[in-house]
Amino acid sequence: MTSDIKDDVAPAPLMDRGDVRVTHEAGASGAIRSFLSRVRSGDLGSLPVVVGLVIIWTVFESLNPVFLSSDNLANLLFDCSTVGVISLGIVCILIVGEIDLSVGSLSGFASAMVGVLWVNQGWPAWLAIAAAVSVGGLIGSLYALLFNRVGMPSFVSTLSGLLAILGLQLYILGAAGSINLPYGSPLVNFGQILVMPHSVAYALAALPGLVTFATGVRAIVHRRQANLSSQSLGTLLVRAVAITVALELVVFYLNQARGVPWMFGLFVGLVMAMSYSLTRTKWGRSMTAVGGNREAARRAGINVRLIYTSAFALCSMFAAAGGVLSAARLASASIQAGTGDVNLNAIAAAVIGGTSLFGGRGNAYSALLGIIVIQSIASGLTLIDLSSSLRYMITGAVLAVAVIVDSLARRSRVSHGRA
Amino acid sequence: MTDSPQGPASPHELVLSLRGVSKRFGAVSALTDIDLDVHAGEVVALVGDNGAGKSTLVKILAGVHPPSEGTITFRSKNVTFDNPSAALTLGIATVFQDLALCENLNVVANIFLGRELNPLQLDEVSMEIRSWKLLKELSARIPSVREVVASLSGGQRQTVAIARSLLLDPKLILLDEPTAALGVAQTAEVLDLIERVRARGLGVVMISHNMEDVRAVADRIVVLRLGRNNGVFLPDATNAELVGAITGASNNSVSRRVERRQPQGTSTQERQQP
Repeated sequence: MTSDIKDDVAPAPLMDRGDVRVTHEAGASGAIRSFLSRVRSGDLGSLPVVVGLVIIWTVFESLNPVFLSSDNLANLLFDCSTVGVISLGIVCILIVGEIDLSVGSLSGFASAMVGVLWVNQGWPAWLAIAAAVSVGGLIGSLYALLFNRVGMPSFVSTLSGLLAILGLQLYILGAAGSINLPYGSPLVNFGQILVMPHSVAYALAALPGLVTFATGVRAIVHRRQANLSSQSLGTLLVRAVAITVALELVVFYLNQARGVPWMFGLFVGLVMAMSYSLTRTKWGRSMTAVGGNREAARRAGINVRLIYTSAFALCSMFAAAGGVLSAARLASASIQAGTGDVNLNAIAAAVIGGTSLFGGRGNAYSALLGIIVIQSIASGLTLIDLSSSLRYMITGAVLAVAVIVDSLARRSRVSHGRA
Repeated sequence: MTDSPQGPASPHELVLSLRGVSKRFGAVSALTDIDLDVHAGEVVALVGDNGAGKSTLVKILAGVHPPSEGTITFRSKNVTFDNPSAALTLGIATVFQDLALCENLNVVANIFLGRELNPLQLDEVSMEIRSWKLLKELSARIPSVREVVASLSGGQRQTVAIARSLLLDPKLILLDEPTAALGVAQTAEVLDLIERVRARGLGVVMISHNMEDVRAVADRIVVLRLGRNNGVFLPDATNAELVGAITGASNNSVSRRVERRQPQGTSTQERQQP
């Protein structure tokens, strides 16, 4: 009888805590311990980028105090948004384990299209932008067709695309080679001066914390109802408050001078939308599965070709959108647009942010974090007046370091039994 | 055409029937003129030496490779599957020898891969509950369904793969070497599970090299040799008969050893010619 009473008194074990061999960390100290063990086994996440950013900012701030001024940071955010959007597409294509080397050319071509259609042909600006992004989607679909039907490796098809699209860009720009977008037009204002009103910026900065808290509470309630383990309300509250305080401080600092650019707001909005799509939808799950084990995904009934097509098309559309933004930023569409380091910066940003070159691992926020690192380096080197030759060398070295960290972390993950 | 493929299987209905199925990879004939019948509530073991074509046959049934020739009848309908999802939709679930799991995804994501609940806002809680239930049915010892598959042992991965195959309530389950990577207790669990699946009226095709396991659960043993049918046996057939059919020789090291021990063996072999 005593055992019956005991059974009644003891709470039912949680459905996912039945195995005594697994240690489950609890509380704040547990969270720190499991974070350290993750890092030690090579699951670095965003750690390298945060460490890198602190080092870079400290170095440049000590070399030139203008670097961390609120004015320069606002400028930095304007610059981040253009290549950042391109990098977001690179994250998509890297997750399925492929690459697009033509994003730079494509962004230049898109800016040229907007210049020709809007300024020269007199189309409405929105129609010109829509046309440029659609053409981007078509080019991405063409890569996908070559990849799916012909089996052409993506780095070859996109490398030839790099040259071909550059040719298209030169062709439609013609002999002049450059089209100025009218100052004062909404598109150029958006790319150069429009910032959020202070109150709007504060309100938007409060949003991520609130959303984190709301979805977290909902998950806790659902999991408790289903007799599954859940994180504690306290931990969730601390996290939500930390996110909110950090973002509000950033906004407060930026509001000291120009404020938060609307273009950066658009970029962050796209990042959040992509992050949701990649982690919380069937499509995102399929993308990760295809990048991890293509054959397993195919056997699970996933339409692998469609997933590749969506990744290529999305990457090219983001590249075109980034090109339009950079045209707005520079108020011109020229033969220089999209050449030079745009390609490499976009790919480097995704990799530095923690998206693996080997496929199957990555998140949309890596584009955001990575591009801030890349643009910080570019901005800092410009401020201390280094020649572009040195800038290229340093950016190249940073990319090499990022890929080395990625490769070493991957090796460590394999030996520690983490994917 | 008495019922739709989605309807319940009547007992001892002929679930799957292959006639004259062949598969060639270039000049190599992996399978030649294979016939195979599987009834509801029956476990058919597919045995044969390495290269006999067992895995190729399973891949044809799973929709991975199309057959070069022959007809496949599934629940009295002629069917062709162009891709794995077509076979899945019909009700043929497969556990591949290489398991086909995504190592970078966790256990829940793998079990529900391609069949996620609520595609636009994944219902993680319901998927996790269902995963735990499936794994509990298999008496699985999975430490956490939120661990990535890369961190699981071979046996645990096998369990995840089998749990995944049961998710869609299939009519026919194909198991390619289901017990090869398992420990003693887990092998017994999987064999129990196969019997439970049979009791639910599903057809089971199981490939195995382990004659003990085959004899323990199979209702019929189909022998393949060099890509051809080489006899159908009942589970009480002697090792000598099975080995003879598998290797194609009655005089080999295994049969000689058996003969030295017990010179007389009664033949239960029933050659089946359609």
